[in-house]
Amino acid sequence: MKFKIKVWRQKNAKAKGKFVTYDIDNISSDTSFLEMLDILNDKLISEEKEPVAFDHDCREGICGMCSLYINGEAHGPDTLVTTCQLHMRKFTDGQTITVEPWRSAGFPVVKDLIVNRGAFDKILQAGGFISVNTGGAQDANTVPISKKDADESMDAAACVGCGACVATCKNGSAMLFVAARVSSLAKLPQGRIEGAVRAKAMVAKMDELGFGACTNTGACQAECPKGISISHIARLNREFLSAKLHD
Amino acid sequence: MSEKLISKIPEGPLAEKWTKHKAAIKVVSPANKRKLDIIVVGTGLGGASAAATLGELGYNVKIFCISDSPRRAHSIAAQGGINAAKNYQNDNDSVWRLFYDTIKGGDYRAREANVHRLAEVSNGIIDQCVAQGVPFARDYGGQLDNRSFGGAQVSRTFYARGQTGQQLLLGAYASLNRQIAKGSVKSFTRHEMLDLVVVNGKARGIIARNLVTGEIERHGAHAVVLATGGYGNVYFLSTNAMNSNGSAAIQCYRKGAFFGNPCFAQIHPTCIPKHGDQQSKLTLMSESLRNDGRIWVPKKQEDVKRLRAGTLKASHIPESERDYYLERRYPAFGNLVPRDVASRAAKERCDAGYGVNNTGLAVFLDFSSAIQRLGKKVIEQRYGNLFQMYEKITDVNPYEEPMMIYPAIHYTMGGIWVDYNLMTTIPGLYAIGEANFSDHGGNRLGASALMQGLADGYFILPYTIGDYLSADIQTPKIDTGLPEFAEAEKTVREKINRLMNIRGKRTVDSIHKELGNIMWEYVGMARNENGLKIALEEIEKLKNEFWENVYVPGTADEFNQELEKALRLADNFEIARLMTLDAQNRFESCGGHLREEMQTEDGEAKRDDEKFMYVSAWEYKDENTLPELHKEPLKYEFVKVATRNYKD
Repeated sequence: MKFKIKVWRQKNAKAKGKFVTYDIDNISSDTSFLEMLDILNDKLISEEKEPVAFDHDCREGICGMCSLYINGEAHGPDTLVTTCQLHMRKFTDGQTITVEPWRSAGFPVVKDLIVNRGAFDKILQAGGFISVNTGGAQDANTVPISKKDADESMDAAACVGCGACVATCKNGSAMLFVAARVSSLAKLPQGRIEGAVRAKAMVAKMDELGFGACTNTGACQAECPKGISISHIARLNREFLSAKLHD
Repeated sequence: MSEKLISKIPEGPLAEKWTKHKAAIKVVSPANKRKLDIIVVGTGLGGASAAATLGELGYNVKIFCISDSPRRAHSIAAQGGINAAKNYQNDNDSVWRLFYDTIKGGDYRAREANVHRLAEVSNGIIDQCVAQGVPFARDYGGQLDNRSFGGAQVSRTFYARGQTGQQLLLGAYASLNRQIAKGSVKSFTRHEMLDLVVVNGKARGIIARNLVTGEIERHGAHAVVLATGGYGNVYFLSTNAMNSNGSAAIQCYRKGAFFGNPCFAQIHPTCIPKHGDQQSKLTLMSESLRNDGRIWVPKKQEDVKRLRAGTLKASHIPESERDYYLERRYPAFGNLVPRDVASRAAKERCDAGYGVNNTGLAVFLDFSSAIQRLGKKVIEQRYGNLFQMYEKITDVNPYEEPMMIYPAIHYTMGGIWVDYNLMTTIPGLYAIGEANFSDHGGNRLGASALMQGLADGYFILPYTIGDYLSADIQTPKIDTGLPEFAEAEKTVREKINRLMNIRGKRTVDSIHKELGNIMWEYVGMARNENGLKIALEEIEKLKNEFWENVYVPGTADEFNQELEKALRLADNFEIARLMTLDAQNRFESCGGHLREEMQTEDGEAKRDDEKFMYVSAWEYKDENTLPELHKEPLKYEFVKVATRNYKD
């Protein structure tokens, strides 16, 4: 297969970026999208040009490192996958493919397609944990947890922290990300104890870091590679409101 | 034996060693902990759990990771589960049984005392993780659920769907975040360790590169903990993440840390087969699939031919024409034999000409009888995400046609040599998790990597490091202006300059792929004297080619991913050499290491306990001199050493 790759190039955080188009040929349909970029980079390097910088690591859809806005969609045209699991068979021969970094006030560009998602760490540091030290935990089966609650907690905990929800939201809101963590812990008895404090602290941090408000467009859910439901946002809102009522 | 190679295994009955040792070692008071600095490199299960726990204890911790967040560490990709001796299933599991299975699974090349300690602390890990909010799978009564893994006849594996590593890492990362918020841990993301700094024989800091700005930084500490994972990426194609690397371990090796059992690499039997030359990595399909999946190849050559030509579907081959070779050869364990055994058996069938796929390098993993027995819905609940992943990659629906799998490099049992306290041969330098060599012998059992990473980080290192640091409470903050720091920084800068100025013709990846091919061909699933000799020559040649002809674009004072890869590849040549030398020395078949010269008549691995019941610990000399081999004899006082038998 062959393609025209129209890709965002930006030297560093301060430089001005622009699109540059490259031709690429002899790509197998079984090749993954990131392997296609590897091949493009190989070509650029052999022409003594600078390769395109992009984030990636596990290449099996779990580390959350890869990002990319491809033809106007976070993680590209396939559903329920991260970019590393996207294959070239999802494109048509000869197609022009536009590749951009996440665009959001909360995620400044570092270089080319790489953005700084450090804000996600900061939001979790504000309260995305249960305050328990190592040692002294009771036996794991002491408190039974219904299968339904454990499963729902796990649904929310599947978030890989890639940032597709923020990138795809017209308001640049991080609500789905925050809700996934709050909801995952709120479904478990051990997470209930700090539920109110957690919801307030994480929402406050999210606002402070320049993420937008949620207006329920549902775009985040549609683009989430792990299919995380916006029903978790409803749960976050309940947690947040009840916390505020008790203030 | 080198006087540095003292294992410090406590005396006494096996089950009392750790308890007695803990009572005997010193502790540091809270007031003094505040004055002590510890550097942790790596944020996977080992690094994150250690840093969080050390922070809780009151030490000043600095943690480094190469990714944009600690949560990206490759522990996140572990799928199947974590072992613990809870005996919740009432199937007669116990600390002893977990210990015994692990020692046996490791083919009698691990220390009894270390492995028993691992089994002892395993239960506490599950308790800790549940307290942190890890959503393990539960049954309808609300109790924790278990599944079975290879090399065990009990169900002791705790899991969170097919994302157990992710959930455990998110637990450790949450604890880490809590300490970062408190200020007891300072996090340095997108930073890569490039050298260890040793002052008066003690590890006192590191040189790191800020990967965004290219700045070279000095960081001092009273102790350094290496938690940087394994070195499987030397093969280029492996199940490791693209950025996983053994570089930091090699830096420590060059500074005097002995390297233990480098030839022991695990080849995982259930990976998606290679599709072509453009491939960048191999994807693992969890071992848990072997709970319900049955492995087979056709009995008849003509079926093999038609399958390869695409004129026959696997699902159309009748039961009677299928060779379920694991069930045939190992009736007692069947499809759940340990990984090394399953990988070798797959290779044996493919070498005999029964391999499927257009390459002939694959076998089937079939769920049809499980789907018939349990229904599609149950299978979907158990393995849904894995089936989806398989379909996305291969475009084949595994509910209808069997999966195709083939072995791939997955984990390295070898690593930096450590004593019972997890300290390396450099005082003040510790190695934990996959980065050390200690607990898995010649072969690691499934669901034991997560157990070991968290055991080391939560429950072992935080105790043993106190013993060392108790003698250091009078030592003021380490001054990074010391000449040793300047010297290490200078070496790093020179190395970077040298790489930037080669301006040759070849990309880093093209050379890395070539190295991977050499390693897979000669130091892969089967090794022999002649092949290993060729490997040593080829590695040397390729190393020279690299230093003369690599091209690193851009500059060193900016975000430069090619430079990062080049620095890691430079160290990979040293790893490749070490693995090959160790494989050459170990003239026996043991665990993941198969010497073709050492096999029984029916194709089973042949160990040589007389000559090789030891840990090989390699001491670095210099680039052009062979490393020196030291031997730590292994003594089995509590288990009877036997030939591994998974047949009955």
